Amino acid sequence: MTIPLDPDFEPPAAPAAEDDGVAVEKAGAQGISQGRLIMRRFLKHKPALISIVLLVLIIGLAVSATGIGSIPGWWKWNYTQLLDPYNNGKPTLSLVPKWLGGEGIMLGEHPFGQNGVGKDYFAMVMRGTMNSAYIMFIIGLIAAFIGVVIGAISGYYRGWVDALLMRLTDVVIVIPVIVLGAVVGVAAGGLGPLFLAVLLGFVAWTGVARLVRAEFLSLREREFVEAARVAGASDARIIFKHILPNAMGVVIVATTLLIAAAIILETSLSFLGYGVQSPDVSLGKLISDNEAAFATKPWLFWWPAFFIVVLSLLVNFIGDGLRDAFDPRQKRVRMKKVKELPPEMAVGSSIGTRAAVPEGAGRGGGSAVGRRQRPMDGENDENGEIDGSQA
Amino acid sequence: MSAAHERNEATGPLLQVNDLSVDFAVDGFWVPAAKKLNYEVEGGKALAIVGESGSGKSASSMAILDLLPSNARIRGSVKLAGRELRGLRPDEMRKVRGADIAVIFQEPMTALNPVYTVGFQIIETLRIHFGITPSAARERALELLEMVELPDPLKAFNSYPHQLSGGQRQRAMIAQSISCDPKLLIADEPTTALDVTVQAEILDLMRDLRHRLNSAILLITHDMGVVADLADDIVVMRQGEIVERGTVAGVFANPTHPYTQQLLGAVPRIGVSDGEKIDTTAGLRADTTAIELAARAAAEDEARRATLGDPVLAFEHVAIEYPKRGRVPAFRAVDDANFAIYPGEVVGLVGESGSGKTTVGRAAIGLIPIADGTARVVGHDISKANRQLLRKVHKDVGIVFQDPSSSLNPRLPIGQSIGEPMLLSGTAKGRALDARVEELLDAVELPRAYRNRYPHELSGGQKQRVGIARALSLKPKLLIADEPTSALDVSVQATVLELMRRLQDEMGFACLFISHDLAVVDTLSDRIIVMQHGKIVEQGATGQLLRNPQDPYTQRLIAAVPVPDPAEQRLRREARHALLAADRAADNAAEQ
Repeated sequence: MTIPLDPDFEPPAAPAAEDDGVAVEKAGAQGISQGRLIMRRFLKHKPALISIVLLVLIIGLAVSATGIGSIPGWWKWNYTQLLDPYNNGKPTLSLVPKWLGGEGIMLGEHPFGQNGVGKDYFAMVMRGTMNSAYIMFIIGLIAAFIGVVIGAISGYYRGWVDALLMRLTDVVIVIPVIVLGAVVGVAAGGLGPLFLAVLLGFVAWTGVARLVRAEFLSLREREFVEAARVAGASDARIIFKHILPNAMGVVIVATTLLIAAAIILETSLSFLGYGVQSPDVSLGKLISDNEAAFATKPWLFWWPAFFIVVLSLLVNFIGDGLRDAFDPRQKRVRMKKVKELPPEMAVGSSIGTRAAVPEGAGRGGGSAVGRRQRPMDGENDENGEIDGSQA
Repeated sequence: MSAAHERNEATGPLLQVNDLSVDFAVDGFWVPAAKKLNYEVEGGKALAIVGESGSGKSASSMAILDLLPSNARIRGSVKLAGRELRGLRPDEMRKVRGADIAVIFQEPMTALNPVYTVGFQIIETLRIHFGITPSAARERALELLEMVELPDPLKAFNSYPHQLSGGQRQRAMIAQSISCDPKLLIADEPTTALDVTVQAEILDLMRDLRHRLNSAILLITHDMGVVADLADDIVVMRQGEIVERGTVAGVFANPTHPYTQQLLGAVPRIGVSDGEKIDTTAGLRADTTAIELAARAAAEDEARRATLGDPVLAFEHVAIEYPKRGRVPAFRAVDDANFAIYPGEVVGLVGESGSGKTTVGRAAIGLIPIADGTARVVGHDISKANRQLLRKVHKDVGIVFQDPSSSLNPRLPIGQSIGEPMLLSGTAKGRALDARVEELLDAVELPRAYRNRYPHELSGGQKQRVGIARALSLKPKLLIADEPTSALDVSVQATVLELMRRLQDEMGFACLFISHDLAVVDTLSDRIIVMQHGKIVEQGATGQLLRNPQDPYTQRLIAAVPVPDPAEQRLRREARHALLAADRAADNAAEQ
C-alpha cells in the first residue's frame, strides 16, 4: 500500500518481512470457512447447546423405552397391554428423596400411572413422544425441501415462473393448514404416522418458500453471481453452488422454527381426532383421549402436555441459537462481562477475523511493488515505520 | 443571528476534546477505536479530521454527541464553549444536539425520513428547539432553504426526499442542520456520496455558510482534496491515534509524519502520470500553449492507433435499454454510443452516477442486451447474442467489479473463485488448475496460501486483487474494470492502480476502465471517454482531453476535481467560477 517516497529505496527490513510472509503461509494454509465460524458461534450459545442435549436425551429415552420395529425397548410394559389397576392407577414415580421425608427416588410399577382401562401410561407417553417427534422431523424435512426448491426457482428465474409459483403458494396459504390437515388426516390416518407426516409436509412449506425466494431475489443481484455468469456457469451451478450456500442460514433457521410449529400442528390434529389413529398413540391423541378424565385423573393430562411443551420449547431454543449464530448482529452485548483487551492483542485494530498478513505481503520477491507493501490496518507495523522514516 | 454575536464574545476555543477514548465491545473485549484524542476547534474555523476507514475518525466524532451504539464505551472530556458534555442527562444532551451541535451525514437519502416532506422535517426541528408557531416555523424553513441556494425553495419545501436529486437532498439536509444556528457543525463525509461536480457545489455552499453563520465546522473525511478546499486546520488519525496536526497550508506543504506523507502521496492527482504533468488549470483558462500541446497529443494518439490493427471492442450507434417491467416503461440508459478500443489500449470511461457508464461496461460483456446498433467484442458481434456466443466471448473478456466484498462468493475459498472460469471453460483441471491459480495469486501479489482463505478473512484491497486475478484467469484480450477502486481507501486504491498498470504492461490486454473520478482514470488511460446522461459527450487522447476540453460538461468535470494543494485548489476554484459564469452568460444570451 505504500506510495514509495523514493522509488529506488528498498527498506532494509524487506527480507525479514518476506520471511514473515513464508511463516504465515504455513500457518494459514487452511482458511476458516463461514460454516465453521457459525458452528463456533453456535457452540458458544449455552441455551441452544443445552437444548440440543436435552432433546437428544428425551428422544433417546422415548425410543429406547419403546423400541424400534421388532427390537423391544427396555421398559417392561407395552403401550397396548391391558393390566390390572395398581394403586388406583396413580403415578408411582417419586422424585423426593427419603431424607427429605419422601418415598425415595424410584420409578415404581407404573411411573406415570395407568389410564382408564389399565394400560401403562409411561409406555403410552413414550410411544406418543416418539411418534410426535418422528412426525415433526418428517414434516420439517419435507417442507424444507419443497420450500427451498420452489423458493429458489421462483427467486432465481423471476418473471412468469415466479408469478406462477407464488400464486400456487398463495393458494396453499389461504387454506388453513388445520383444515387441510384434517382432510388429509381422515383420508390417511389409517395408513400410519409416516404417511400423515409426508402429507402434512406437503402443506407446510409455504413459509420456507417465501423466505428462500426473498433471499434469492437479493442474492442474485450480488456481483459474485454476475461474475459466475461471466465465468460461464450454468443456471444449476449458480443456484446450487453460488446462491444456495449463502441462503443456508435462512433455510436452517426457518426449518427449525417450522419443526417447532409442526409438533403443535400434529398434536392439534391428533387432539381433534384427525391425526394419528388408534391403536397407535401420539401426544395430542393422549390428551384428546383423556380430556374427560381431567378432573379425576389429572396426570393423564399433565404428562403428555409436559412433553409437548418441552419438545416445542427445546426446538425453539435451538432455532434461536441458530439464528444468533447466523446473524451475530442480533446478539445483545452484556457490558459487565466485557474485559480490557490484553496488551499482546492490542496491536492495531484486531476487529474481526481479518488475516494477519498485510495487504499484498508475502510473495513480494519478484516485484519491487510487492516488497513495498505496507499494512494500513496495522497488523504489521515495523515494515511501514521503516518505510516512512526515510523521508 | 444574535447567537453569532454572543459566540464571538466567549473566549477560548469553541470545542475542546480532552483524552477522548472510544472502545467497542467485541467478543468480550474492549477494542479501542479512538485512544486519548486531544483537539480543539475555534469558533468560525473548520477543522478536518482525516484518516482511512477504521481509523476511528467517525466514532470519535459521534462520541462528542453521544450517538454511538450501545456496545460502545466513551471516556474523557468534551467541552463545548466551556461546558462539559460528557455525563449530561439524556434530555440535556438532546437539547445540545441540533441546537448547539448539528450533524450533516454522509448519505442524505438515508438521513432524511422518506415518508415526510423536506419542509415538515425542518419545521419539526425548529419547533422542537424553539417552540415557535407552525406559520413562523414555515417562514423560517423557507428562508433556510433559500439560504442553501436551492433553486426553488417552495418546491423543495413540499417535496419528499426521493423527489430531489442527490445534491438537492444534501442541501436540504444542510438547511435542516443549520436551522437552529448551531455553534458547531459536524460534517461526516458530507460529499462522499455525491458526484464531483455536485461535491464542488456543496463545498462552495459550506464555505459560504461558515462565513455567514460564523459556525465552526468539524469535517470528517478521507479525501485530501476536500480538506484542501474547505478546512483551516487538520488532524490526521491512524488506528485511533492522532499522528499529525497543524494548519492545512502547513501540513500540505510540509507533512512531517510518514503516514501523512503516504496519505498525500496516495491521492490521485489529475494530470499527473508517468512523470509527465498536464496543467489542467491552464487548459481551463484557454491558454494557447495548452491548446497547442493538446493538438500534438491528439496527433500522437492518432499515429499510435493506426499501428494497432483491428479494435477488440467497437460500439457503433449502440443503444442500451433496460426492458420494461410491469408498468415501468423501458428505460434507455445509453444512446448512440460510438467508440473503439484497440488491442493493448487503456480507455478510461468517465461520467457521473446515472450517466450510463456502468451500463456500457456490462453491455460490452453481454450482461445487458443491446437494443440498437452493432457492438463487436473480440471479433464477435454481440448485438444479438445467445448463450453459446456469449460463452465464447467470455473466454476473451474479463470483468473486475466495483465492490470487492460483493463480487466474491463468501462461501467459496478464493482459490476456487479464481479457478472457476478456467474450470468451467475446460482450460485447466486438477493439478494444472492449482498451478494456474498460484501463478495468478503471484501476479496480484498475494501469498499462495491465500487460495484456501475465505473472502471475509481478507481486507478490501486484497479482495479486489482476487477479483483482478479472477478476471485475468483466462488471459483475456479485453478487461472491463468497473470502478475497481471506488470502494477502497485512497492508499489501497493507489496500490491497486499500480498493480493494474503493471499487469497491463506485462500482459498487454486492452482495458475499459470505468470510473467517476477523472483523477483516477487519467493516470492509467491512453484515451478518455466522457459520458453524460447516457450520451458520449467527448472522447480523445488523455493529453488532448485534459489540456483542451471542448465540451462544457468536460470542462466543468475537470474543474470540479479537487486537488490536494490548498493554493492550487484556490486557483482552480476561481477558474471554475469563471467557467460557470461564462456558461450562465451564454445561456442567458441564448435565451434572448
